[in-house]
Amino acid sequence: MTEDDLDRNRRHFLTVATLATGAVGAGMVAIPFISSLKPSARAQALGAPVEVPLGSMQPGEMVRVLWRGRLVFVLRRTDAMLASLPTVAGELRDPNSEVVEQQPDYAVNATRSLKPEFLIVEGSCTHLGCAPLEDFEVRPAEGWGGGFFCPCHGSKFDLAGRVFKGVPAPTNLRVPPHRYVRDDLILIGQDSGAA
Amino acid sequence: MIKSTGIASVLALAAFFVAPQALAAGGQVHLEPANLEQDNAASLRRGARNFMNYCSGCHSAKYVRFNTIGKALDLSEEQLIDNLMFNAEKTFETIQAAMPAEDAAVWYGKAPPDLSLMARAKGADYVYNFLKGFYLAEGSPTGVDNVVLPGTSMPHVLWELQGYQSAIFETHESEDGSVTKTFAGFEELSAGSMDAEDYDDFVRDTVNFLAYIAEPIRSDRRKLGVWVLMFLIFFYILAAQLKKAIWKDVK
Amino acid sequence: MARIEAEVGKPQGGLMKWIDDRFPMTSTLKYHVTEYYAAKSFNWWFVFGVLAMVVLVIQLLTGIFLTMNYKPAAAEAFASVEYIMRDVEWGWLIRYMHSTGASFFFIVVYLHMFRAMLYGSYKKPRELIWLIGMMIFFVLMAEGFAGYLLPWGQMSYWGAQVIISLFGAIPVVGDGLVEIIRGDYSISDITLNRFFALHVIVLPLALIGLIFVHIVALHEVGSNNPDGIDIKKHKDENGKPLDGVAFHPYHTSKDLVGIIVFLMIFSAVVFFAPDMGGMFLEHANFEPANMTATPEHIAPVWYYTPYYAILRAVPDKLWGFILFAMAVVLPVFLPWLDRCRVRSIRYRGWMYKTALTVFVITFVTLGWLGLQAATPTYVLLARIFSVLYFAFFLLMPFYTAMDKTKPEPDRVVYHD
Repeated sequence: MTEDDLDRNRRHFLTVATLATGAVGAGMVAIPFISSLKPSARAQALGAPVEVPLGSMQPGEMVRVLWRGRLVFVLRRTDAMLASLPTVAGELRDPNSEVVEQQPDYAVNATRSLKPEFLIVEGSCTHLGCAPLEDFEVRPAEGWGGGFFCPCHGSKFDLAGRVFKGVPAPTNLRVPPHRYVRDDLILIGQDSGAA
Repeated sequence: MIKSTGIASVLALAAFFVAPQALAAGGQVHLEPANLEQDNAASLRRGARNFMNYCSGCHSAKYVRFNTIGKALDLSEEQLIDNLMFNAEKTFETIQAAMPAEDAAVWYGKAPPDLSLMARAKGADYVYNFLKGFYLAEGSPTGVDNVVLPGTSMPHVLWELQGYQSAIFETHESEDGSVTKTFAGFEELSAGSMDAEDYDDFVRDTVNFLAYIAEPIRSDRRKLGVWVLMFLIFFYILAAQLKKAIWKDVK
Repeated sequence: MARIEAEVGKPQGGLMKWIDDRFPMTSTLKYHVTEYYAAKSFNWWFVFGVLAMVVLVIQLLTGIFLTMNYKPAAAEAFASVEYIMRDVEWGWLIRYMHSTGASFFFIVVYLHMFRAMLYGSYKKPRELIWLIGMMIFFVLMAEGFAGYLLPWGQMSYWGAQVIISLFGAIPVVGDGLVEIIRGDYSISDITLNRFFALHVIVLPLALIGLIFVHIVALHEVGSNNPDGIDIKKHKDENGKPLDGVAFHPYHTSKDLVGIIVFLMIFSAVVFFAPDMGGMFLEHANFEPANMTATPEHIAPVWYYTPYYAILRAVPDKLWGFILFAMAVVLPVFLPWLDRCRVRSIRYRGWMYKTALTVFVITFVTLGWLGLQAATPTYVLLARIFSVLYFAFFLLMPFYTAMDKTKPEPDRVVYHD
């Protein structure tokens, strides 16, 4: 090898090493900038779990609450409503809640809830995020046993938030993490897994 | 000559930044240095306790969240709740004064200021001397005045600890007949539950905590800074070698 | 001398050719980067132009992220800055980079301007570069001023109060002008809102546009060098200046070293002294703006204080304003005030060397005086140094013409 070749190799090595170091540096600088876009301490504080008292709710009554600015439905189902759940199973896309991300493990059951009576689901259509409307009136003529209807693109969900076949929404309504603090008080946004 | 012009300008610039600045707050009184140990967690924990017990009744620290303090001072959630959070329920809450600001404004003539940034705005030494600077003064609505901030509407909250003192002023008459008063020292009138040294430590811990909440990331940034500089030194060595290799043949 | 050819200069196929058929990519890179020849004898004074670009990038990047969390309203501005400092993850770093960057912008630009004075970079044929540069400086001053109001602290408020009131000194239109600047009868939410618009849109756009023109003009006539001579007089068989080396890879590799050193100093301030003892972040600005109480001692941020000291030295509002404005504007005329035959200080006589040294001392001293309380001694000193400041410019046509110069060399010279 001539001296020129040696120089060229050395330059090549140094160029690559310097560029690589610079790229690592740029990558590290990017971390704080990208992290700053995450929910801030204030957003986290405002997004703290919310308590919903259940004591005064009548069967068939639904309340809307906000958790992290997201709409959550709390529905106290009547016996008739609960009875309708197995009957529609054949028309559903995911009757057994097999899509894992859509609910915590403790809501993978026939009623998609901790206690059959109370349904807790996010009021956000899994199609494009519109808020579904409740439509609990049973209309056998139309084959409608009660549930939720999304006004944006016509997606339909049953009284456990399970999506019907043949609508744009791909999955069941999401069940947020929640737990019972007492029999008549529920905490949305935190389950017994986390402290 | 060209060199000396360059050197002169660099020196002048350096002098510009190093020269003592008359920028820090503080009146005419000489401020005793607070000598804070800003990375001493035990001192900060004591300061937090002092702050919550003696200050937070009237003063808020509305930008400071309890869980931030907990993380920095190595306190568990239970310790936070039991020892510091007297009028807050959730650890993500900020420090609010127990007394509503509107009521305070009526009672004291002025709402007690928020203390989140006080140590940064006034300087730690200022706050340290202020808390040690109360003396009995006739005619003041609170019964006391302060050598650091004459006419303050704050009462001597810590009198049980420090006791009461009086201030000695020397009067000077200058040639044109104008009279100036200068502060010449304190005289103890009644002892508090602490001796002078313990009281100094108590105030120092409290000011340390105030300095901490004024800039909670201070110790983080200094730790990170060391790593950043080490990385840059490594980068410099590479880049300097590369420059040398590329410029090797330039004559 | 074996020149190293940069990769970009080689003939390309594929994508590069596809682009070149539609956009002058290779030729632009050649013209401005790989075949832009600048003197091989550059010393470190010539790094500040690149450093100014680095600071610009830092300010734009951090500025964009700050606007995502800052609220330009009197009731919320101060709290939103504390929100950035405490609640936004890494917000403190972004904010400190921006506040430190502001001061470093001025340090770098002042040194960049001083380089031009050392080596006569403003002289023919680079007068237009200097004029555009001065416009950049004015926009930068406005940018810094508008930005300083945004944290809505005591210094923000009262500093703006003083400087805006300055314009009230202009006869006839002054009062009206002040109201137009503020958009209100005092500095208020309205003022803050429009200063935000100026700071994040109008002035940065102007700055970027002017910097673009500054560089295009520079590349048209070529960079100056420590000898202040024309390197295009002696070319090799390929028409390349014998005393020049390509911007890339030669000057880029050298500038990178300068940039890293700069980043070390910058990081040292950001991580270990972001307040810089009250110079970069003033103590009183940690208190929210209070319309009923002026802080005991108010001074503008350090980068305006040389001019502020001149303003304060004059015991008359109108004349104070006139001299203040003259002090800022006078450097614009340097290309025509300087009548020396040679550019570089290396070949000038003792008169210019002395004048420039005195000027540096004057500028720094005025800056220091502008930070101090206006005691009678300091005001007297400020007057003396103000006279020296103006003398440097106004007497320049005489002493530069009289100065004995040394013969310029034919080729660049290395100094150790």
